[in-house]
Amino acid sequence: MVHLILVVAIIFSAYSAMRAAHLINVTIWLAVTSALTAVLLYLLGAPEVAVIELSVGAGLVTVLFVFAFSITGETTVDEKTLLPRWLVWVLVLAVVLVLGWLILPVRGEPILAIRTGLPMAIEPDFGHMLWQQRGLDVVVQMVLIFAGVMGLLGLLSTSGPGFLSARREKIANTAMEDQPGLDEAESPEGPVIETPDGHHQTVAEAAQMAVPEEVKG
Amino acid sequence: MTSLSPMNITMLGVAGLLGVGLYGLLATRNLIKMVAVLQILVKAAVIALVLAGRVSGRINLSQSLAATVIVADTVVAVIGLALAVRVRQRFGSLDLKDLSNLKG
Repeated sequence: MVHLILVVAIIFSAYSAMRAAHLINVTIWLAVTSALTAVLLYLLGAPEVAVIELSVGAGLVTVLFVFAFSITGETTVDEKTLLPRWLVWVLVLAVVLVLGWLILPVRGEPILAIRTGLPMAIEPDFGHMLWQQRGLDVVVQMVLIFAGVMGLLGLLSTSGPGFLSARREKIANTAMEDQPGLDEAESPEGPVIETPDGHHQTVAEAAQMAVPEEVKG
Repeated sequence: MTSLSPMNITMLGVAGLLGVGLYGLLATRNLIKMVAVLQILVKAAVIALVLAGRVSGRINLSQSLAATVIVADTVVAVIGLALAVRVRQRFGSLDLKDLSNLKG
């Protein structure tokens, strides 16, 4: 009975998160889904994963979502859909019906029969399993977290294309200031930025096109 | 039809969550909401994984796998949200329809 109530509550909160028009409501319903999922995982006998799900799903991810939509400044979601709504319903109902047909005992034994009462396998405890037997997973997790942090820093830092091009321009200006008396015949970079006379306008334009590519290296 | 065991009910819950997530993935056009929908889908996968471990009697193995899935999912959420922020800064919109107008 507890499982039934929990499952219904999880599906309801997930559906509410999916249908909510405001992003803050999406985030809160998602956190509720995560917390209820943690309770269900605990009831299934997985307390360690339940704790991780509760702290990460209901805590960290919620903060991330609030952070994201506070930066973008967009708080509402358009109701329009990518595909026609009837097509989406048909596809989803088809998938759920196939899954239900596999799970439910429609005629006799279901195809994906869940047999309880099997003899419990002898396995090490969670810590030994995670650190000794699944040690590679831990390494992969560390790499993933590192990649995630680096990706986040790379994406959210201010060193975008604008910053780099401004820096290149600054370097070009500095190079020009260091050599103010260069003859334009010796160096085509001469008349690019500082054009003292207007006689070589076409040369200056051509040099202006060429200089940023040369300064890049 | 026999009465449903808690395991069957949980499995039905997994199917329902997958349905909700699939609907959201096909219907939503907002990038941030799409990341939220992916979270729902992964929750269904985590519950199914733990359920499989419980049924087969190898709950600790399934827990360690589920922990890896949760970490990977969180990293996906982080990168997805950061991408959404950059897309909003560059194109001024989070709508997928606006992104499909890109020209090579």
